[in-house]
Amino acid sequence: MSSTDISLNKDVHHAHDEHDHHHDQNFFEKYIFSQDHKVIAKQFLFAGIFWGFIGGFLSIIFRLQLGWPEATFTFLEPILGNWIVNGKLDPEFYLALVTMHGTIMVFFVLTAGLSGTFSNFLIPLQIGARDMASGFMNMLSFWVFFLASVVMFTSLFIETGPAGGGWTVYPPLSALPQAISGSGLGMTLWLISMALFIVSQLLGGVNYITTVINLRTKGMSMTKLPLTIWSFFLTAILGLLSFPVLLSAALLLIFDRSFGTSFFLSDIYIAGEALANTGGSAILFQHLFWFLGHPEVYIVILPTFGIVSEVIATNSRKPIFGYRAMIGSMLGISLLSFVVWAHHMFVTGMNPFLGSVFMFLTLIIAVPSAVKVFNWLATLWRGNIRFTTAMMYAVAFVSLFISGGLTGIILGNSALDIQLHDTYFVIAHFHLVMGAAAFFGMFCGIYHWFPKMFGRMMDEKLGFIHFWLTFLSAYLVFMPMHYIGIAGFPRRYYSWTGFDAFNTFTDLNSFISIAAILGFTAQLIFLFNFIYSIFKGRRATANPWHSNTLEWTTPVNPGHGNWPGEIPTVYRWPYDYSKPGAPEDYIPQNVPFSQTQSSNLPYERDLE
Amino acid sequence: MSTSTTLEEPKTGTWDGGNEPLKASYGKLMMWFFLLSDAFTFGAFLIVYGLSRHSHLPYTGRPEDFQFSTEWWPIPEKVFNAFPGFHGVDLPLAFVALMTMILILSSVTMVLAVEAGHRMDKNDVQKWLLWTILFGGTFLGCQAWEWTHFITGTDEGMLMADGTRVFGANMVMNQYGPPLFANLFFFITGFHGFHVTVGWILLVIAFISTVNGVYHKRGHYEMVEKIGLYWHFVDLVWVFVFTFFYLI
Repeated sequence: MSSTDISLNKDVHHAHDEHDHHHDQNFFEKYIFSQDHKVIAKQFLFAGIFWGFIGGFLSIIFRLQLGWPEATFTFLEPILGNWIVNGKLDPEFYLALVTMHGTIMVFFVLTAGLSGTFSNFLIPLQIGARDMASGFMNMLSFWVFFLASVVMFTSLFIETGPAGGGWTVYPPLSALPQAISGSGLGMTLWLISMALFIVSQLLGGVNYITTVINLRTKGMSMTKLPLTIWSFFLTAILGLLSFPVLLSAALLLIFDRSFGTSFFLSDIYIAGEALANTGGSAILFQHLFWFLGHPEVYIVILPTFGIVSEVIATNSRKPIFGYRAMIGSMLGISLLSFVVWAHHMFVTGMNPFLGSVFMFLTLIIAVPSAVKVFNWLATLWRGNIRFTTAMMYAVAFVSLFISGGLTGIILGNSALDIQLHDTYFVIAHFHLVMGAAAFFGMFCGIYHWFPKMFGRMMDEKLGFIHFWLTFLSAYLVFMPMHYIGIAGFPRRYYSWTGFDAFNTFTDLNSFISIAAILGFTAQLIFLFNFIYSIFKGRRATANPWHSNTLEWTTPVNPGHGNWPGEIPTVYRWPYDYSKPGAPEDYIPQNVPFSQTQSSNLPYERDLE
Repeated sequence: MSTSTTLEEPKTGTWDGGNEPLKASYGKLMMWFFLLSDAFTFGAFLIVYGLSRHSHLPYTGRPEDFQFSTEWWPIPEKVFNAFPGFHGVDLPLAFVALMTMILILSSVTMVLAVEAGHRMDKNDVQKWLLWTILFGGTFLGCQAWEWTHFITGTDEGMLMADGTRVFGANMVMNQYGPPLFANLFFFITGFHGFHVTVGWILLVIAFISTVNGVYHKRGHYEMVEKIGLYWHFVDLVWVFVFTFFYLI
């Protein structure tokens, strides 16, 4: 058995080594149906940026409604058509807006756009591989995602509007087309799109995991991996185990909607008429949904943990503080993410004892999260800090993660959550800790690896302006939300001026909306900088940030196969920055110890 | 740091890179991870089954007096007691036991095909793949019969409160018990049947490739092995489905 295995393996590797002797590819093979991980990563990045602007724009429309509830928006009529009548937004369209904003941002931008871009781009480059284990499946992953995108995008333009039951699509609202117009065709398209999305995630996920296990270059042990790779690896495992459960829930919901089954439906009256469905449980859907939904927020945030660790270490010119503790805390967070889902369901009439178990498990997450924050701060401490745009985003990420994480401890307590559930306090919490923070991590990654992706640098001055506007508006939007949330202001309400208690928040709501518009406008600076720099940016050097990881040992514009010659061998961990005795303040991973006698420590290799 | 030669060489342990630490090619690893993920999909369905069933009343009377009713979950032996050609004879679980036997037999022949692949014995691979295809197809045929019988129903059907009788089953109503009983039966055995069908198609493709000598020229029968992993997984899932629907 083992002997056959060895002969098999040789074959497989042989195929990979041949990547760099490819025949000349035509335009389609090179840019459209490419199997090169770098091109696929850029495809995901462009798709992610596109979706980011759509998702952001939708939020601006509903922020207008929330900020100026009495105003008429006749100027929006040319874009919104029948969704806006005499300058007033259709209330059901408002629900569709928040639903699509959530769906697009969580899944299409911060899952596919983030993991899709950086896992694809960095895994082969940083572990020293020619490409992903299966380039074909990788390509398929993007094109299935593209198909999901097309379906979701189409649903924005149908007459009954896109899905409107919230991004969590709880039945019975989402299961009954007669409930609201957003549960009609829009919901069907939502489910189809998400089913395709899950398939794309699985195709990508098995590839990432397998590549990290099997294709690391010589010497690249698991404890010499950059933290980025650890975070992508764990993200892929989370996705692999949690997305199938969403698939189950989505399939059952499709059956309830289209084939008359009663999995999630029981004892329902609509307009005085009793439905035939009996015996199902709507709470069951919530359990299935959040079994995905909670790991999903870590799927969003884990990749940015890795990106930020890498950028902070590089730009502080210091080894990352507590490398193994960083890995351990990510493992801990990944494990815990599967046993805390019911903290989203404290108000569903859950057994209070069960609630206390989930509360306890939830609060434990504060421990590994605090370890990470402590390590980032300790890495920054007395560092020789270089304030590149990426670095500013990384530091701001830590700030947002702290601000948003602290309220997580509050919301994790079931007694407090019952008061704060479905208020703007929750909105503020998760937007800071996984929304804004993940976006900052994504920007951090884009600014940092842009030179490797496009061979040019992004403009630092524009980056500086983009950063400060985004950073300020993020806090100006979400900080006031805590306050109105504590006061009981509920989420998902189209019109709140009918309630005297909430009228006092009119000023604050307008303020938030202005800050949101400012933040959204600032992204146009990024867009300009991004596109302009692809074509006209300053040309990058091979290793512009003086970084240690392997991707910077490739040519400025690496071809298919990444390294023109042999794949480099790895001798050391990726964080040998400012090592005492070394001539430079960085030693790349592929430099053997024999060439660095002046900086080698006694027992250097025994500590590996 | 004793000598410069030890400083020059990277470590070569199991997890030190440049090798396959789990001693499996990337294709096999991918199949394993896919199956892990698929296990979660099925796991979710079986949990839905368990919870749905738990939220319905069980039948508490004597088994001899059992009657179909929407009030309680039916006893499986009373539902699945038909056998082709034995109309009206009470043969509890006989047919499904036969189906299960056939599927398990197909797993045995699959193992033999994989083993023949390791020996690079093209004829044996062909032979055992053909047996697997035959047993797999028979299982699918049996399931088709089982479904047809389930949908058509028995001669007596279920007596409703208003005196009418309901025969067979559909997604909204069935003669055996609460609607969810039939919903779950159709959904879960259907999802499993879909997996078997996909596996069966893969087996046919593998058989054609074997006959054409594709794998022999490639030098290994790894594709047969990967399909084998999938096939065993589908069998294993059936064991669970069988336990949940028919035994408990």
